[in-house]
Amino acid sequence: MGKVLPLGGNYAVAYAVKACKPDVITAYPISPQTTIVERLSEFVANGELDAEFLHVESEHSALSVAIGAAAVGARTYSATCSQGLALMNELLYIMSYIRLPMTLTIVARALSAPINIWNDHSDFMSVMDAGWIMMMSASNQEAYDEILLAYRIAEDPRVLLPVITSMDGYIQSHVVEPVEIVDDEEALSFAPKRKTWVTLDPDKPVTMGPVGDPSWYFEFKRQLWEAMKEARTVFDEATAEFAKKFGRSYSAIETYMLDDAEVAIVGMGSFMGTIRAYIDRARRDGIKVGALRVKLFRPFPSEDIVKALSNVKLVGVMDRALVPGSPTGGVLHSDVACAIKQAGLDVRTLGYIAGLGGRLLTMDNVKQMIDILLKYKDVKEVPKEPFFIGVRE
Amino acid sequence: MSKPLTVWDLPKEEYLAPGHRMCQGCAAAVIFRHVLKAAGKDVIISMPTCCGEITSTVYPQTAWRVPWIHVAFENAAAVASGISAAIEALKRKGEIPKDKDIKVIAIGGDGGTFDIGFQALSGTLERGDNVLYICYDNEAYMNTGIQRSGATPLGAWTTTTPVGKVWRGEWRPKKRKDLVAVAIAHNVPYAATANPAFPIDLYSKVKKALSIRGPKLIHVLSSCVPGWRIEPEKSIEVARLAVLTGMWINYEYENGIYRVTTPVPKRKPVKEYLRMQGRFRHLTDEDIKKIQELVDAEVERINKLVGKEVIGPVEG
Repeated sequence: MGKVLPLGGNYAVAYAVKACKPDVITAYPISPQTTIVERLSEFVANGELDAEFLHVESEHSALSVAIGAAAVGARTYSATCSQGLALMNELLYIMSYIRLPMTLTIVARALSAPINIWNDHSDFMSVMDAGWIMMMSASNQEAYDEILLAYRIAEDPRVLLPVITSMDGYIQSHVVEPVEIVDDEEALSFAPKRKTWVTLDPDKPVTMGPVGDPSWYFEFKRQLWEAMKEARTVFDEATAEFAKKFGRSYSAIETYMLDDAEVAIVGMGSFMGTIRAYIDRARRDGIKVGALRVKLFRPFPSEDIVKALSNVKLVGVMDRALVPGSPTGGVLHSDVACAIKQAGLDVRTLGYIAGLGGRLLTMDNVKQMIDILLKYKDVKEVPKEPFFIGVRE
Repeated sequence: MSKPLTVWDLPKEEYLAPGHRMCQGCAAAVIFRHVLKAAGKDVIISMPTCCGEITSTVYPQTAWRVPWIHVAFENAAAVASGISAAIEALKRKGEIPKDKDIKVIAIGGDGGTFDIGFQALSGTLERGDNVLYICYDNEAYMNTGIQRSGATPLGAWTTTTPVGKVWRGEWRPKKRKDLVAVAIAHNVPYAATANPAFPIDLYSKVKKALSIRGPKLIHVLSSCVPGWRIEPEKSIEVARLAVLTGMWINYEYENGIYRVTTPVPKRKPVKEYLRMQGRFRHLTDEDIKKIQELVDAEVERINKLVGKEVIGPVEG
């Protein structure tokens, strides 16, 4: 048993990173991420953590430094969000192609414009195609634990992909919760530092990041698909051992009262806690509603989701990022609907776009979402347009 | 004083393999080859997107017999910083032997240095990272087909500074960005210029730079056969003429002291350099006079920095 500390999500993550003993840390300040690297700087400054800390001049250089460091074999960490993540964008794809492991934390924040430092998932969703493993937590303890899982999964020789861990900006990052801190030795025994990938070594020279012309590019991308499948196997192994070792159990999805549910809300992140709280209330009124939280977003846990939703009549998928002009308006909704369709299930879906740019989400909003589900529960044709929850029309 | 080096004194080892796809007569290949001879085998190269990158590493082939990485266009310096930092950390933790001296060199073109990579370069230089940055400067975006860069000299034709009724090639009516001065403004311990026609000078500068801890920069002129509109066998001759006319000055800066490493007691007129290249062939005598004035001013500036006349007047 480690000790329990009152920690905001950012500090929790900083403690977890410290326990994993990275060799190189690099970041550029951006709200609401900054206090992660502030705390890590303090750890390095006072000798608690032996790492090179590179103060770069942009997020683009932060990820470039991380790629260079990982290429030499260093365990590497960075954190960012929003515009910083957008500035990193091209490098995300390159890092997964070179198959270098690292952990990057996104403290989810709205993307400009208008400039807005508050929470939604538009930054997180914008990098869904980059070939990174992506997790989103819903509590500060989970944000902490994701770091340990991330290093273990990323550096597994069957995977060798970079990992994004995530939490909601401010709602988690700056809100204090009790978080159990594990000993450094325990963290390292769970996520041991192993030389599992090819590195830049003068004694065994290799060329990294070569040109992939039409006769090879495709094969590199094909391998990423396989690596993502492996990542799911390794994720399950890692979470199982994590549960055994630390007593906290995670899975790709988290379900709530789905067994007899007629309708369900699917979503990601910390607001799912509020939804659960409201479901307790709705259940007392006899409403058969459940919830499903997606924790592992890439690789997408289609089978788990389909299995969990197979007896539900109607699903409302909440997206906290808007994709203008897309079929559903939300990435999560599109992915869930696709999984259901692929499985041949007769489950209908509708979409909510909610809480963009830090717009406060409340119990009333959950009630609104459930009322919509009840209205369309037995209707064959449900609206294809997303419902915009909490917006002024 | 030891005997001056000759080409026979250079290491015989070749770390740039033959069979790469660089153009015939490409000066960049000559530069890479001599940089690697100076660095030896214990080096890691970071290269941005550039001619040298795409022609030397078409999977599954590579011309690099030392560890090498390409990530993107604008970040060779930052990648090199990451490599350098990782080596520091891993040495401290005993994962890389402490006595193993692994050098880190970023080599980028003028586009990746003067323009899109400028910010990352500044970061590496200001932080004091232990990286040698080498810019091989062919004075335009040659990789994409000869477009104007921040390093394109006055009057040069490129595909985006074409010669027409209104435009007459590159329009910037002044000396281009001074890369060495930029490095010096970051308080680096060492900065230099070099030229493929003077390989011993280039070799010696790389050697010296690698013996100094901290950020270093070497700016190397790199004659380009298709971009400069010259014949392959002329590329070293053109590069030499650049020095003999004062279009290019080989010098170094070390801890506050400037030294010209290729003195030119009597300069040839820049016309000789310009007339050899198709990219300048539209220039009028009036245009050439203007370029000669820019060169004269630069020669005067360098002579002042050195404290004596190491580059002489144009021969009569």
